Amino acid sequence: MAIDYNMKILIVDDFATMRRIVKNILTQLGFKNFLEADDGSVAWEILQKEPVDFIVSDWNMPKMTGIELLKKVRADDKLKDIPFLMVTAEAQKDNIIEAVKAKVSNYIVKPFTPEVLSEKIKKIFGE
Amino acid sequence: MDVRIINPFLEAAQNVINTMAMIETKVGKPYIKKDSSSLGDVSGIIGITGDASGSFSITFTESCIKAIVSNMLGMKVTELNDDVKDAVGELTNMICGDARRRLEEQGIKLVGAIPTIIAGKGHSITHMAKGPILAVPFETPNGPFVIELALDSGNN
Repeated sequence: MAIDYNMKILIVDDFATMRRIVKNILTQLGFKNFLEADDGSVAWEILQKEPVDFIVSDWNMPKMTGIELLKKVRADDKLKDIPFLMVTAEAQKDNIIEAVKAKVSNYIVKPFTPEVLSEKIKKIFGE
Repeated sequence: MDVRIINPFLEAAQNVINTMAMIETKVGKPYIKKDSSSLGDVSGIIGITGDASGSFSITFTESCIKAIVSNMLGMKVTELNDDVKDAVGELTNMICGDARRRLEEQGIKLVGAIPTIIAGKGHSITHMAKGPILAVPFETPNGPFVIELALDSGNN
Protein backbone atom coordinates (compact mmCIF):
# COMPACT_ATOMS: atom_id res chain seq x y z
CA MET A 1 0.00 0.00 0.00
CA ALA A 2 1.43 3.37 -0.96
CA ILE A 3 1.56 6.05 1.70
CA ASP A 4 -0.70 9.03 1.01
CA TYR A 5 1.53 12.03 1.64
CA ASN A 6 -1.50 14.31 1.66
CA MET A 7 -3.08 12.59 4.64
CA LYS A 8 -3.99 14.73 7.63
CA ILE A 9 -1.75 14.01 10.61
CA LEU A 10 -2.67 15.03 14.16
CA ILE A 11 0.43 15.65 16.31
CA VAL A 12 -0.27 15.57 20.05
CA ASP A 13 2.37 16.64 22.59
CA ASP A 14 2.37 19.04 25.54
CA PHE A 15 5.84 20.29 24.55
CA ALA A 16 5.85 22.62 21.54
CA THR A 17 9.46 21.61 20.81
CA MET A 18 8.53 17.99 20.37
CA ARG A 19 5.59 18.86 18.12
CA ARG A 20 7.96 20.95 16.03
CA ILE A 21 10.57 18.18 15.83
CA VAL A 22 7.96 15.61 14.79
CA LYS A 23 6.50 18.06 12.25
CA ASN A 24 9.97 18.87 10.85
CA ILE A 25 10.74 15.20 10.35
CA LEU A 26 7.34 14.45 8.80
CA THR A 27 7.77 17.43 6.47
CA GLN A 28 11.18 16.10 5.43
CA LEU A 29 9.52 12.76 4.69
CA GLY A 30 7.08 14.52 2.35
CA PHE A 31 3.96 14.97 4.49
CA LYS A 32 2.13 18.29 4.22
CA ASN A 33 -1.06 18.36 6.27
CA PHE A 34 -0.79 18.73 10.01
CA LEU A 35 -3.00 19.50 12.97
CA GLU A 36 -1.54 20.06 16.42
CA ALA A 37 -2.83 19.60 19.95
CA ASP A 38 -1.02 20.26 23.23
CA ASP A 39 -3.02 17.69 25.20
CA GLY A 40 -5.08 14.54 24.68
CA SER A 41 -8.26 16.44 25.55
CA VAL A 42 -7.57 19.05 22.84
CA ALA A 43 -6.81 16.24 20.37
CA TRP A 44 -10.13 14.60 21.27
CA GLU A 45 -12.00 17.84 20.51
CA ILE A 46 -10.25 18.12 17.13
CA LEU A 47 -11.16 14.51 16.32
CA GLN A 48 -14.83 15.32 16.88
CA LYS A 49 -14.70 18.12 14.32
CA GLU A 50 -12.10 17.24 11.69
CA PRO A 51 -11.30 14.14 9.67
CA VAL A 52 -7.86 12.85 10.70
CA ASP A 53 -5.93 10.07 8.92
CA PHE A 54 -3.10 9.43 11.35
CA ILE A 55 -2.43 10.29 15.02
CA VAL A 56 1.09 10.75 16.40
CA SER A 57 0.77 11.22 20.16
CA ASP A 58 2.99 11.63 23.18
CA TRP A 59 2.20 9.42 26.18
CA ASN A 60 2.82 11.68 29.16
CA MET A 61 0.58 14.77 29.14
CA PRO A 62 -0.99 16.59 32.09
CA LYS A 63 -4.74 16.47 31.39
CA MET A 64 -5.45 13.55 29.10
CA THR A 65 -2.55 11.19 28.48
CA GLY A 66 -1.75 9.51 25.18
CA ILE A 67 -2.90 6.12 26.44
CA GLU A 68 -6.24 7.60 27.53
CA LEU A 69 -6.62 9.22 24.11
CA LEU A 70 -5.76 5.92 22.39
CA LYS A 71 -8.38 4.05 24.44
CA LYS A 72 -11.03 6.67 23.65
CA VAL A 73 -10.20 6.57 19.94
CA ARG A 74 -10.32 2.76 19.81
CA ALA A 75 -13.66 2.75 21.65
CA ASP A 76 -15.27 5.16 19.19
CA ASP A 77 -17.01 3.61 16.17
CA LYS A 78 -16.10 6.44 13.83
CA LEU A 79 -12.47 6.84 14.92
CA LYS A 80 -11.40 3.33 15.90
CA ASP A 81 -9.51 2.51 12.68
CA ILE A 82 -7.24 5.59 12.66
CA PRO A 83 -3.57 4.51 12.78
CA PHE A 84 -2.07 5.63 16.11
CA LEU A 85 1.66 6.02 16.72
CA MET A 86 2.64 6.52 20.36
CA VAL A 87 5.75 8.64 20.90
CA THR A 88 6.97 8.00 24.38
CA ALA A 89 9.70 8.24 26.96
CA GLU A 90 7.63 5.69 28.91
CA ALA A 91 9.16 2.53 27.51
CA GLN A 92 8.96 0.38 30.61
CA LYS A 93 7.56 -3.08 29.86
CA ASP A 94 4.24 -2.40 31.59
CA ASN A 95 3.66 0.66 29.42
CA ILE A 96 4.35 -1.21 26.21
CA ILE A 97 2.02 -4.04 27.21
CA GLU A 98 -0.71 -1.52 28.09
CA ALA A 99 -0.33 0.26 24.74
CA VAL A 100 -0.36 -2.98 22.75
CA LYS A 101 -3.47 -4.14 24.65
CA ALA A 102 -5.12 -0.82 23.78
CA LYS A 103 -4.32 -1.58 20.10
CA VAL A 104 -1.63 0.99 19.41
CA SER A 105 -0.50 0.75 15.76
CA ASN A 106 3.13 1.16 16.74
CA TYR A 107 5.25 3.07 19.24
CA ILE A 108 8.49 4.99 19.14
CA VAL A 109 10.77 5.62 22.10
CA LYS A 110 12.29 9.05 22.72
CA PRO A 111 14.97 10.00 21.82
CA PHE A 112 14.62 8.90 18.21
CA THR A 113 16.20 9.71 14.85
CA PRO A 114 14.27 10.70 11.70
CA GLU A 115 15.14 7.27 10.23
CA VAL A 116 13.39 5.46 13.08
CA LEU A 117 10.25 7.58 12.73
CA SER A 118 10.24 6.96 8.98
CA GLU A 119 10.57 3.19 9.48
CA LYS A 120 7.70 3.08 11.98
CA ILE A 121 5.41 4.99 9.61
CA LYS A 122 6.28 2.64 6.75
CA LYS A 123 5.47 -0.33 8.99
CA ILE A 124 2.12 1.14 10.03
CA PHE A 125 1.10 1.84 6.44
CA GLY A 126 2.41 -1.50 5.23
CA GLU A 127 5.10 -0.26 2.88
CA MET B 1 22.72 7.06 47.02
CA ASP B 2 22.77 3.72 45.18
CA VAL B 3 25.71 3.94 42.72
CA ARG B 4 23.91 1.67 40.24
CA ILE B 5 21.45 4.51 39.69
CA ILE B 6 24.06 7.07 38.61
CA ASN B 7 25.52 5.59 35.42
CA PRO B 8 22.19 5.12 33.60
CA PHE B 9 21.55 8.88 34.00
CA LEU B 10 24.97 9.73 32.54
CA GLU B 11 24.44 7.36 29.60
CA ALA B 12 20.93 8.69 29.07
CA ALA B 13 22.12 12.32 28.99
CA GLN B 14 24.75 11.49 26.37
CA ASN B 15 22.35 9.37 24.30
CA VAL B 16 19.54 11.95 24.28
CA ILE B 17 21.76 14.91 23.37
CA ASN B 18 23.59 12.91 20.74
CA THR B 19 20.40 11.52 19.17
CA MET B 20 18.25 14.67 19.29
CA ALA B 21 20.92 17.30 18.63
CA MET B 22 23.79 15.33 17.05
CA ILE B 23 26.21 16.78 19.62
CA GLU B 24 28.96 14.70 21.22
CA THR B 25 29.42 15.11 24.96
CA LYS B 26 32.27 14.23 27.29
CA VAL B 27 31.66 13.26 30.93
CA GLY B 28 33.72 15.07 33.56
CA LYS B 29 34.52 14.16 37.13
CA PRO B 30 31.56 13.75 39.50
CA TYR B 31 31.57 15.65 42.81
CA ILE B 32 29.32 16.34 45.78
CA LYS B 33 27.59 19.70 45.48
CA LYS B 34 27.18 21.60 48.74
CA ASP B 35 24.74 24.39 47.87
CA SER B 36 21.68 25.02 45.73
CA SER B 37 23.19 27.58 43.33
CA SER B 38 23.02 26.49 39.70
CA LEU B 39 26.04 26.17 37.45
CA GLY B 40 24.42 27.58 34.35
CA ASP B 41 21.63 29.69 32.84
CA VAL B 42 18.67 27.33 32.46
CA SER B 43 17.70 24.16 34.33
CA GLY B 44 15.12 21.44 34.13
CA ILE B 45 14.27 19.55 37.32
CA ILE B 46 12.11 16.46 37.66
CA GLY B 47 10.82 14.69 40.78
CA ILE B 48 11.46 10.96 41.11
CA THR B 49 9.64 8.32 43.18
CA GLY B 50 9.78 4.53 43.37
CA ASP B 51 12.76 2.41 44.47
CA ALA B 52 14.54 5.71 45.17
CA SER B 53 13.02 9.13 45.67
CA GLY B 54 14.27 12.65 45.15
CA SER B 55 15.06 14.59 42.01
CA PHE B 56 17.18 14.85 38.88
CA SER B 57 18.18 18.14 37.28
CA ILE B 58 20.13 19.28 34.26
CA THR B 59 21.61 22.78 33.96
CA PHE B 60 22.90 24.22 30.68
CA THR B 61 25.04 27.24 30.00
CA GLU B 62 23.44 29.61 27.50
CA SER B 63 25.88 28.85 24.65
CA CYS B 64 25.48 25.11 25.16
CA ILE B 65 21.67 25.04 25.15
CA LYS B 66 21.41 27.44 22.21
CA ALA B 67 23.55 25.06 20.14
CA ILE B 68 21.55 22.02 21.27
CA VAL B 69 18.14 23.57 20.57
CA SER B 70 19.32 25.03 17.23
CA ASN B 71 20.23 21.50 16.14
CA MET B 72 17.04 19.97 17.53
CA LEU B 73 14.77 22.43 15.73
CA GLY B 74 16.87 22.85 12.61
CA MET B 75 16.96 26.64 13.02
CA LYS B 76 19.33 29.07 14.67
CA VAL B 77 18.31 29.98 18.20
CA THR B 78 19.83 33.28 19.32
CA GLU B 79 18.26 33.92 22.71
CA LEU B 80 17.11 32.06 25.79
CA ASN B 81 13.42 32.30 24.87
CA ASP B 82 10.34 30.18 25.60
CA ASP B 83 11.27 27.72 22.83
CA VAL B 84 14.54 27.02 24.63
CA LYS B 85 12.82 26.59 27.98
CA ASP B 86 10.28 24.24 26.42
CA ALA B 87 13.11 22.24 24.86
CA VAL B 88 14.91 22.01 28.22
CA GLY B 89 11.71 20.52 29.69
CA GLU B 90 11.51 17.97 26.92
CA LEU B 91 15.21 17.08 27.22
CA THR B 92 14.84 16.64 31.00
CA ASN B 93 11.88 14.36 30.37
CA MET B 94 13.65 12.32 27.74
CA ILE B 95 16.84 11.86 29.78
CA CYS B 96 14.86 10.80 32.84
CA GLY B 97 12.78 8.39 30.72
CA ASP B 98 15.85 6.93 29.03
CA ALA B 99 17.59 6.46 32.41
CA ARG B 100 14.50 4.82 33.91
CA ARG B 101 14.38 2.38 31.00
CA ARG B 102 18.04 1.45 31.57
CA LEU B 103 17.40 1.08 35.32
CA GLU B 104 14.40 -1.15 34.78
CA GLU B 105 16.69 -3.62 33.01
CA GLN B 106 18.61 -3.85 36.32
CA GLY B 107 15.39 -4.33 38.28
CA ILE B 108 15.26 -0.78 39.66
CA LYS B 109 11.93 0.93 39.13
CA LEU B 110 11.61 4.72 39.21
CA VAL B 111 8.70 6.96 38.28
CA GLY B 112 9.26 10.46 36.90
CA ALA B 113 6.99 13.46 37.45
CA ILE B 114 6.47 16.37 35.03
CA PRO B 115 9.57 18.61 34.76
CA THR B 116 9.84 22.21 35.92
CA ILE B 117 12.04 24.76 34.15
CA ILE B 118 14.05 27.47 35.93
CA ALA B 119 15.96 30.14 34.01
CA GLY B 120 18.17 33.12 34.80
CA LYS B 121 21.77 33.72 35.78
CA GLY B 122 22.46 32.46 39.29
CA HIS B 123 19.10 30.72 39.76
CA SER B 124 18.93 28.09 42.48
CA ILE B 125 17.85 24.46 42.31
CA THR B 126 16.10 22.87 45.25
CA HIS B 127 16.35 19.09 45.22
CA MET B 128 13.69 16.92 46.79
CA ALA B 129 15.93 14.63 48.86
CA LYS B 130 17.63 14.84 52.24
CA GLY B 131 20.88 13.20 51.13
CA PRO B 132 23.85 14.65 49.24
CA ILE B 133 23.63 16.12 45.74
CA LEU B 134 25.85 14.41 43.19
CA ALA B 135 26.87 16.71 40.33
CA VAL B 136 28.38 15.48 37.07
CA PRO B 137 29.74 18.03 34.58
CA PHE B 138 29.73 17.40 30.82
CA GLU B 139 31.65 19.17 28.07
CA THR B 140 30.27 19.91 24.61
CA PRO B 141 31.93 21.87 21.77
CA ASN B 142 29.63 24.79 22.70
CA GLY B 143 30.11 24.85 26.44
CA PRO B 144 29.30 22.76 29.51
CA PHE B 145 26.18 21.39 31.14
CA VAL B 146 25.79 19.69 34.52
CA ILE B 147 23.46 17.00 35.73
CA GLU B 148 22.59 16.66 39.41
CA LEU B 149 21.06 13.72 41.22
CA ALA B 150 19.73 13.78 44.77
CA LEU B 151 18.05 10.51 45.66
CA ASP B 152 17.17 8.87 48.97
CA SER B 153 16.75 5.12 48.89
CA GLY B 154 13.51 3.25 49.48
CA ASN B 155 9.86 4.13 49.01
CA ASN B 156 9.89 7.17 51.24
